[in-house]
Amino acid sequence: MDKFTNHTGVAMPLKRSNVDTDQIIPAVYLKRVTRTGFEDGLFAAWRNDREFIMNRPEYAEASVLVAGPDFGTGSSREHAVWALQNYGFKVVISSRFADIFRGNSGKAGLLSAQVDEAVVEGLWAYLEANPGAEVSVDLESRSIKAGQGDDAIDATFVIDDYTRWRLLNGLDDIGITLSHEADIDAFEAKRPAYKPVTQ
Amino acid sequence: MGKTLAEKVWDEHVVRSTEGEPDLLYIDLHLIHEVTSPQAFDGLRMSQRKVRRPDLTLATEDHNVPTLDWDKPIADPVSRTQVDTLRKNAADFGVRLHPLGDVEQGIVHVVGPQLGLTQPGMTIVCGDSHTSTHGAFGAIAFGIGTSEVEHVLATQTLPQQKPKTMAVTVNGSLPEGVTAKDLVLTLITHTGTGGGQGYIVEYRGQAIEELSMEGRMTVCNMSIEWGAKAGLIAPDQTTFDYIEGKPEAPKGADWDAAVAYWKTLVTDADATFDKEIVLDASTMTPFVTWGTNPGQGVQLGGNVPSPADFSDPVDQIACEKALEYMGLQAGTPMREIKVDTVFVGSCTNGRIEDLRLAAEVIKGHKVADQTRLLVVPGSVRVRLQAEAEGLDQIFIAAGAEWRGAGCSMCLGMNPDQLAPGERSASTSNRNFEGRQGKGGRTHLVSIPVAAATAVRGTLSSPADL
Ligand code: SF4
Repeated sequence: MDKFTNHTGVAMPLKRSNVDTDQIIPAVYLKRVTRTGFEDGLFAAWRNDREFIMNRPEYAEASVLVAGPDFGTGSSREHAVWALQNYGFKVVISSRFADIFRGNSGKAGLLSAQVDEAVVEGLWAYLEANPGAEVSVDLESRSIKAGQGDDAIDATFVIDDYTRWRLLNGLDDIGITLSHEADIDAFEAKRPAYKPVTQ
Repeated sequence: MGKTLAEKVWDEHVVRSTEGEPDLLYIDLHLIHEVTSPQAFDGLRMSQRKVRRPDLTLATEDHNVPTLDWDKPIADPVSRTQVDTLRKNAADFGVRLHPLGDVEQGIVHVVGPQLGLTQPGMTIVCGDSHTSTHGAFGAIAFGIGTSEVEHVLATQTLPQQKPKTMAVTVNGSLPEGVTAKDLVLTLITHTGTGGGQGYIVEYRGQAIEELSMEGRMTVCNMSIEWGAKAGLIAPDQTTFDYIEGKPEAPKGADWDAAVAYWKTLVTDADATFDKEIVLDASTMTPFVTWGTNPGQGVQLGGNVPSPADFSDPVDQIACEKALEYMGLQAGTPMREIKVDTVFVGSCTNGRIEDLRLAAEVIKGHKVADQTRLLVVPGSVRVRLQAEAEGLDQIFIAAGAEWRGAGCSMCLGMNPDQLAPGERSASTSNRNFEGRQGKGGRTHLVSIPVAAATAVRGTLSSPADL
């Protein structure tokens, strides 16, 4: 997993609440055997609508998603996080995340930044006035910045210390376990010889 | 204070334990199949990691594989892709694979024990909930998700919160003709589908000790159906006799050392469980399900219940819905329910002893008109053994379909499926809506009930023949 310290990129406002994982990626897209390629299933039903915001050219390179409350509810499928990442999103900003989605995203390296509802509203207003504008997210200082001058936005977001630490260090679960590799080696050295092997 | 069996096995496998964190548990055996492993291998590729211990990993093809024409390419493209992907992953990462056509191919939970890889005191995981089957040998065995599969592949360990422990003591002996399946179905109806949640369960008592290894596997297999994390049974002479001489069993001095250790794997007299349930086997009778979860069961001699029979409003609604889906009238005697298809097989009841028992009941009879009987061995070895004993001829003479090895109609991922509205008596473990095919109606039954039902065309026991 890549380290995440800060990110600046085109932010896409998704003015919907309760975006569940079936909307993020419908079940028919789950048959794939890889962890990549789920971008074509991202928001598949909505993308059929030509007016859907993701179809607009300004957002072709979007990497920050600003969504309404209760993002990622529903089925626990990890594919929802993969689909967002495969498409190019690095950060999702919302005022409330479903627990499982937040857990899955932290494990996979997608930053779920929780902010006050007013910050989401502010970002939406700014992004609608400036389509294709960039937003900067800094994990070190837990801050979000957008715009300049009078309408500049400077807000903080909430993330638990443990997930922040993992993201800053680029540690997924496996990475954390492998940091204890010496313990695993020591354990293996003591395993009895009669334990079976497959080859 | 003494330890329970589960605590002993657990403590033996803790690589690292830190206050406030889950234990890091060493995994002795990691079983793999085509459905839940592809993304795990792809994750390894993306992060350029290797399989840490290919020699503690074993793969087989089971969920998707056809049970007819298994020497031809798989017709369904999604199934074929999953199987092809497993073959490529096994080759790329150096994992031993038993593919379709191999003599050791079969349902992953049948293959591990028959190879002798499943042994007492081990930790065993697989991306499949019925991994609990292996607990029959006194192992801690449980199902894991795809991210955890990747974690085990990369590290041979898994961070795990230590579960609570429960004892299910089954006193007395099972009456003649009542099997391990009836025992576990009775237990699940007694506890409800969530009764085991958060526990590793130890099954013990006279009735459990008297079970064969096959019967013990049937009981542990269905631990998951009442919500338990895992189920296990203390190893004894029955266990040792089953393992001895199997291809991967310890040999010579290793065997002696292993048995000496295995004999220590019992719950200490002064150990305590977080919860205990006591049942009496001597009052048990053939048991079947009427509803759409494994806890909706009743004695074969009983009637389809009515919502009014339940005091909890949630159960009442569940009953109402289940009756509607199952197309059943409350009050109908279970024995009058007509069955279209009988499925003998799965990791619950697809081992050689199961097929012997089915053949014994069916011998000299014919499958009823308008009923079909599908017999699917759990593995190729089971199929070959059955054929060597002439069991296939008994089934075929009775009018049954004798098939190749795999999960088959247990979950209907391959072409073996129920049609909408079709009713089955199935020796498998799940009767959820649509489990055996869209709109299919499943009654979970034991082997003798399945065989007798095939002959009479209605839910029956051998005593009815
Ligand atoms: S036989 Fe059924 S329950 Fe067992 S592993 Fe196969 S699909 Fe799962």
